[in-house]
Amino acid sequence: MSTETSNKICVVIGASHAGVNFAFALRKEGWEGEIILFDRDPEFPYHRPPLSKAYLTSEEGTTQDLLFPKQNYETDRVSLRLGETVSSINRKEKSITISDGSVQQYDKLVLTTGARPFIPPIKGLNTAKRVFAMRTAEDAINIRKSLNKYHNKVVIIGGGYIGLETAASLSKLGASVTVLEREERVLSRVTAPEMSTYFKELHQQHGVSLRSNKNVTSVDFNSYINEVQCDDGSSYKADIIIVGVGIIVNTELAEEAGLEIENGIKVDANCKTNDEDIYALGDCTFHYNPHYKKYIRLESVQNAVDQAKVAAKSICGEAVTYNAIPWFWSDQYDVKLQMVGLSQGYNHTIKRIETDRDNCQSVWYFKDDELLAVDAINNAKAYMLGTRFIQKNQKIDKHKLSDISIAITPTSFI
Amino acid sequence: MAKITFLTSDNETIITEATTGNVMELAVQNKVKGIDGDCGGVCSCATCHVHVEPASWDKVGAPSQLESDMLEFDDNVSEFSRLCCQIDVSDAIDGIVLNVAK
Repeated sequence: MSTETSNKICVVIGASHAGVNFAFALRKEGWEGEIILFDRDPEFPYHRPPLSKAYLTSEEGTTQDLLFPKQNYETDRVSLRLGETVSSINRKEKSITISDGSVQQYDKLVLTTGARPFIPPIKGLNTAKRVFAMRTAEDAINIRKSLNKYHNKVVIIGGGYIGLETAASLSKLGASVTVLEREERVLSRVTAPEMSTYFKELHQQHGVSLRSNKNVTSVDFNSYINEVQCDDGSSYKADIIIVGVGIIVNTELAEEAGLEIENGIKVDANCKTNDEDIYALGDCTFHYNPHYKKYIRLESVQNAVDQAKVAAKSICGEAVTYNAIPWFWSDQYDVKLQMVGLSQGYNHTIKRIETDRDNCQSVWYFKDDELLAVDAINNAKAYMLGTRFIQKNQKIDKHKLSDISIAITPTSFI
Repeated sequence: MAKITFLTSDNETIITEATTGNVMELAVQNKVKGIDGDCGGVCSCATCHVHVEPASWDKVGAPSQLESDMLEFDDNVSEFSRLCCQIDVSDAIDGIVLNVAK
């Protein structure tokens, strides 16, 4: 491998979880040539999940958790071009153009362009004061800076994980937080009603107000505070507004280069696009999941890291295909939520509340007899066992699973 | 300053030194094979599983409830299993030896 790649250049666009893990995996797999990562974000590549969780509540001035220590970029010869935006891909020339007009050749190009927050077209939102998304270190820093004793009324638009985690963190910092969710319950896109109810109650216990069926129609800023108006006539005062209603996948570069796009950049089982020399990884990809037998797009660290490993091996000539069970986590207050699998398409759930421990629950999602997913609240056993069952397509005795007197062990539900 | 030794499943010995952070970060920094730390150290992925040398166990100590639950159903669990993202580097663990789980 070394003789083949020593003069070659691998260019990566996007230096977050997918891009950075890919770069180090590529070096580990034996790539000898240059590896160059571009990202418009000037911050040294950092872990994103803590931004809405531990980082937001940590001491001001705390640095982000770095994905890899700085010295590893030197020892592994991974070049970072931070604060630089790539403006186009020229597939014929096998080069990219950077916004300052300079050109960088590549032999292999990897798109890890991720996604950006979707800011809905709400009247007045663009002229409101102290409006933030929650995606980058800059967002988290700006939110933390804005919150003070004069500005502590926060309205979060969107009751998904980002919204709820941010709500938990800001309420910990002393903010008065209201979450406005358009659907009839929070987390409606990703979980069963049991989970929505659990988190609604959890937030209420901590003094956060979760309002569902709240469709925000306009925001007015009147000299010192924002007024968030909903279509049912209600309105909420907000010093700070945080928008967490979803993302837009960054596919523009790929699309303009003529790569196949379908709900993301379409890739094969090796994470390769329809161009032999261009791969795509992470949140921006529309990829096939062999376990669930369908094409999906995933916003997750797990997918970014697993695809990074597959692509690195594939580029270095190893026959490997992507085959991972998705997993996720969320931290809110002192609750640890761990999720495995994809629940979409479930037709019933089984909920367990363990009696031998406080606040230890799990929801098991089934489509007929097939276990699709498990959401585990302070219950790593359920999460780990669910992972194993899903991986093995294990047939489960649902009567036993429903019986709370039967403890969770590797064999108790088989 | 703590000296921490990793023994990988390929029988490679990697001796490291550190003063801060956690042991998973130290392993990643030193490219210890078999330690990935995919979740960044929040006890969610179980990709940093080590078997502590019995002689080092008292220095390292037992896992928390969450961590032991994560480990309990791991195929390779032993009575000396730990997820090393949950082990903080300090003088107290100077000299420990960790076998990276397969």
